[in-house]
Amino acid sequence: MSVLLIAEHDNKEIRPFTLNAITAATQIDQDLHVLVIGNKAEPVVKSISEIPNVKKVIHIDNEIYENYLAENFTPVIVKKAENYSHIVCSANTFGKNLMPRIAALLDTSQVSDIIKVISPDTFVRPIYAGNAFATVKSNDTKKCVTIRPTSFDPSPTTGGSAEIVKADAEESTLLSKFIKREEVKSDRPELGTARIVISGGRGMQSGDNFKLITAIADKLNAAIGASRAAVDAGYITNDHQVGQTGKVVVPDLYIAVGISGAIQHLAGMKESKVIVAINKDGEAPIFSVADYGLEADLFEALPKFLEELNKLNTIQK
Amino acid sequence: MKILVAVKRVIDYNVQVRVKEDGTGVVTDNVKMSTNPPDDNAIEEAVKIKESGKAKEVVAITVGEEKAQETVRKALAVGADRGIHVKTESTIEPLAVSKILQKIIEKEKPDLVFMGKQAIDDDCNQTGQMLAALLNWPQATFASKIIIKEKTLEVTREVDEGLETIETNIPSIVTCDLRLNEPRYASLPNIMKAKKKPLEQINVSELGIDTKPRIEQIKVVEPPKRKAGIKVASVEELVQKLKNEAKVI
Ligand SMILES: Cc1cc2nc3c(=O)[nH]c(=O)nc-3n(C[C@H](O)[C@H](O)[C@H](O)COP(=O)(O)OP(=O)(O)OC[C@H]3O[C@@H](n4cnc5c(N)ncnc54)[C@H](O)[C@@H]3O)c2cc1C
Ligand SMILES: Nc1ncnc2c1ncn2[C@@H]1O[C@H](COP(=O)(O)O)[C@@H](O)[C@H]1O
Repeated sequence: MSVLLIAEHDNKEIRPFTLNAITAATQIDQDLHVLVIGNKAEPVVKSISEIPNVKKVIHIDNEIYENYLAENFTPVIVKKAENYSHIVCSANTFGKNLMPRIAALLDTSQVSDIIKVISPDTFVRPIYAGNAFATVKSNDTKKCVTIRPTSFDPSPTTGGSAEIVKADAEESTLLSKFIKREEVKSDRPELGTARIVISGGRGMQSGDNFKLITAIADKLNAAIGASRAAVDAGYITNDHQVGQTGKVVVPDLYIAVGISGAIQHLAGMKESKVIVAINKDGEAPIFSVADYGLEADLFEALPKFLEELNKLNTIQK
Repeated sequence: MKILVAVKRVIDYNVQVRVKEDGTGVVTDNVKMSTNPPDDNAIEEAVKIKESGKAKEVVAITVGEEKAQETVRKALAVGADRGIHVKTESTIEPLAVSKILQKIIEKEKPDLVFMGKQAIDDDCNQTGQMLAALLNWPQATFASKIIIKEKTLEVTREVDEGLETIETNIPSIVTCDLRLNEPRYASLPNIMKAKKKPLEQINVSELGIDTKPRIEQIKVVEPPKRKAGIKVASVEELVQKLKNEAKVI
């Protein structure tokens, strides 16, 4: 048994969720190999070779792998898969897009979005927006598994010295073409890995009002999240959406402001360690998962909150 | 151009799903069922494309038990021309669904196949990508905008980092996000008219595909409950609790 993990990176740096997936992969089997497919991704290969539990890094380099196109990534992965019992990657938009394409060609029923490894063939995964946890056993000989990153700690990044091997690229399929990516760069922590997240919902009423949230996020060094309603209304971009069809976050502190707490939103945040809800409707379902609920008008509460935070002389970052 | 749209019948998104006491699954008896929400967006997009004159026919397909037909009828009521229901006994996995769809597509030869990005029951997010692989077609997943060009599609995809635009050759699979469009409601006259639209039934056994589950569901349990929290009376109290009790700031 050996596990092949597909790394996510931008040809310069490893994306953080790969580290969480590595932790899960080593719980499946200790013989972990990582596949880096990219264009001039040597820095990524080097940093992955230094991750303690990685036994081997396989590097496939070609211009056609500059951007993720599942059509082009799949043939090389399927070829490499021959020698492995498990193919794994993280269950974010990268892995969700890629893994089923691999699984279908390997004639394997994929196990999506696992939150726990029970044994090499048995896993726990949430279904129905996290309203139920299913324990499932895969009876396929080769297993394709995606990992919910927030359910596993990131692996350490130094101390290892894995062997690095090169492998050949395949031809481009020419089925699809990358055109552009509109990334919203910010200096704030990433939503998926931040220690504190503050999210706004429809109650914010406008994109402009999100500056009340931004000010607090700056103070707490927090990431900013949003409900689908806030994204749909155009208050904030889609990469901030938390929930069943957005991102899953498990911060130490989650602050939901003007969010009612629909099950689809709860699916993305209810595992957070401490939840705060600020809502003017005392009956809002968000209060049922909140450790601390404040029934108040957010337009009064948020400025006051910032004022109180400013009074504290020490804030953990 | 011909567009095939895959629609799945699932527990309605407003229903508070309950786990069965014996741990074999979730309660589905007497529970409201509907079309998987993003599948409504998939139908809407296909119908809009037809209305713009770029497509001739929209075919809705579902795989499932007898009652799954309702979702096809609903698709017909909002503008699909024809329906296909592949009858299966119990729930089947995305891999099997994609093999069934592959068979139908080989016969129907659509130019585009639209589906939802994720079924809200199993939350698998697999079927479209698997189908694209089996057909060796391109895949445009998590689409929030679709532009039809001469021989290609330009699709805006919602990804973790923001938005990505790709171009795929036609034929292509597209999996739709809820933000792709605003699905219309079926009017009563259209619901009546839909009853007369053709709906072909195919028994899965006629297709000669192995649809046996590969994944065994061992047990289904409720997620751990959060312990009840408290209401605080003021912002000062909130900050004090976060600082001294929860120790998170
Ligand atoms: C298939 C599917 C997938 C979905 N996926 C997601 C998802 O991933 N993430 C997600 O978030 N949603 C998702 N949704 C949508 C979800 O069902 C809800 O519609 C959405 O979460 C509601 O967002 P909201 O709480 O911001 O808005 P609302 O439900 O409108 O709530 C607004 C809240 O703000 C409060 N409020 C208003 N004004 C003030 C004020 N001045 N001060 C204080 N409080 C105020 C109100 O009391 C109310 O509770 C999905 C839906 C479907 C069907
Ligand atoms: N039984 C089914 N019948 C028709 N379409 C389906 C079925 N299962 C899945 N799909 C389609 O595939 C999409 C993704 O489903 P899933 O991979 O289960 O998350 C759905 O939104 C549907 O469009």
